[in-house]
Amino acid sequence: MTPSACDKSAFSTMEVCGSLTVSLREFGCEQSLLSRPDGSASFVQGDTSVMAGVYGPAEVKVSKEIYDRATLEVLVQPKVGLPSVRERSQEQCVRETCEASLLLTLHPRSSLTLILQVLHDDGSLLSCCLNAACMALMDAGLPMSCLFCGVTCAISTDGQIITDPTAAQEKESRALMTFAIDSAKHSVLMSSTKGSFSVHEVSGLMTGKKECAPFQTNKTVNAKPKRPDVTNRLH
Amino acid sequence: MFSTVRERVGEVLLPGDEFSFEAEEKISLTAPVKSEKVVCGPGLRRCGDRLVVFKSGVLRHKEPNVFWIDSQQRRYVPAKGESIIGIVTAKSGDVFKVDFGGSEQASLSYLTFEGATKRNRPNVQVGDLVFAQFLIANKDMEPELVCIDSSGRANGMGVFGAGGLLFRVSLGLVRRLLAPHSDIRSDLEQLFPCELVVGMNGRIWVKSATVQQTLIIANLLQSAETMTAQQRQQLFRKVQQGAF
Repeated sequence: MTPSACDKSAFSTMEVCGSLTVSLREFGCEQSLLSRPDGSASFVQGDTSVMAGVYGPAEVKVSKEIYDRATLEVLVQPKVGLPSVRERSQEQCVRETCEASLLLTLHPRSSLTLILQVLHDDGSLLSCCLNAACMALMDAGLPMSCLFCGVTCAISTDGQIITDPTAAQEKESRALMTFAIDSAKHSVLMSSTKGSFSVHEVSGLMTGKKECAPFQTNKTVNAKPKRPDVTNRLH
Repeated sequence: MFSTVRERVGEVLLPGDEFSFEAEEKISLTAPVKSEKVVCGPGLRRCGDRLVVFKSGVLRHKEPNVFWIDSQQRRYVPAKGESIIGIVTAKSGDVFKVDFGGSEQASLSYLTFEGATKRNRPNVQVGDLVFAQFLIANKDMEPELVCIDSSGRANGMGVFGAGGLLFRVSLGLVRRLLAPHSDIRSDLEQLFPCELVVGMNGRIWVKSATVQQTLIIANLLQSAETMTAQQRQQLFRKVQQGAF
């Protein structure tokens, strides 16, 4: 991890509204670290770490060909063992988010493959996958209508909302939700929930999320021009 | 009208950024009416009366009204008129299939070589390298290559590649090499005499007097990608001192 890309935030705790405190763990990102894929990125949120690689637009199998847009395939590889049902559901969440933000119609009859390798899971894995995916797609230079970020939050047994929870906090929580938010309108692209919660809590979370999103997208975005090699290459 | 775009030239833009074109509030009665059209290059597209960015990179501008996003990419997407280095992968009837690193293979007719006729076929084998340009390149059709220009001359295109080395670099480096008055190219010229074929698809072919020199140039070009001008000149100087 390059030290410049790792953004040590001075304001990691941010007051959003009376009851809700939004705090994110320290996070960082590195782009084009792999030589073989067309785009790659690794994203770290606290101790959770995911590496992403993108291939494409490449040749597509006839059986998977779509005549008016590109076929997007997402593969999530767990740290140990083979992908199971949990990984399949994560794949689907990430794929739907990417499909919403990518302009797939600009590359018809081609395939895009996004591979997410989990390096370590310490909670908020899905949001880390989403963030890594976005950074890798950006690095591959694929046409996108907007960027996106993922935010996970947990509702603890006493009703407190924890953003970007660790694995221990996730285990103790009553409900767990992940949202993908786009950078242009800060609208929700995808949501995935687990556990029991009330409608009121969700609407409360949504406002918190919207406050959280610009904060996070701006930070990921700021990490990019700081990389010396990227700025050199572009100038 | 496009002053909003112009003042952001040179800045890093990201997908989702927008420019809106509102009609000017005051219309001068005396000044001649200029038609202001914006030509969108790669990374920009029109969406109603807005200009939307869909790639991340630096906004560039060319007088009078061309704007584009200069982005770093590794996968090539064909564009009409661009010259590329391709590898012949199959011969079928009167067309060759050529791999150029894109999403599908391009076709190259045997009649589109200089001096080729139905009787006099060009000598092209599977595995040969060709330097060709795109006659047809759009997202809905199979790309088509030709090895002649509009006047029927080869103009440097055709089969090449005996005794050289082919390697891949990023598309950004290729564009920098091909730019007029390229600083990398002028640095390289001072090193060894060499033959260099640069395809817009990120493939570079080098041939020099000895195998050693060819390898040095290939390694230098691959490492020049992530260097500043000073670092590069320093490295080139070091190589030059070591070589003699």
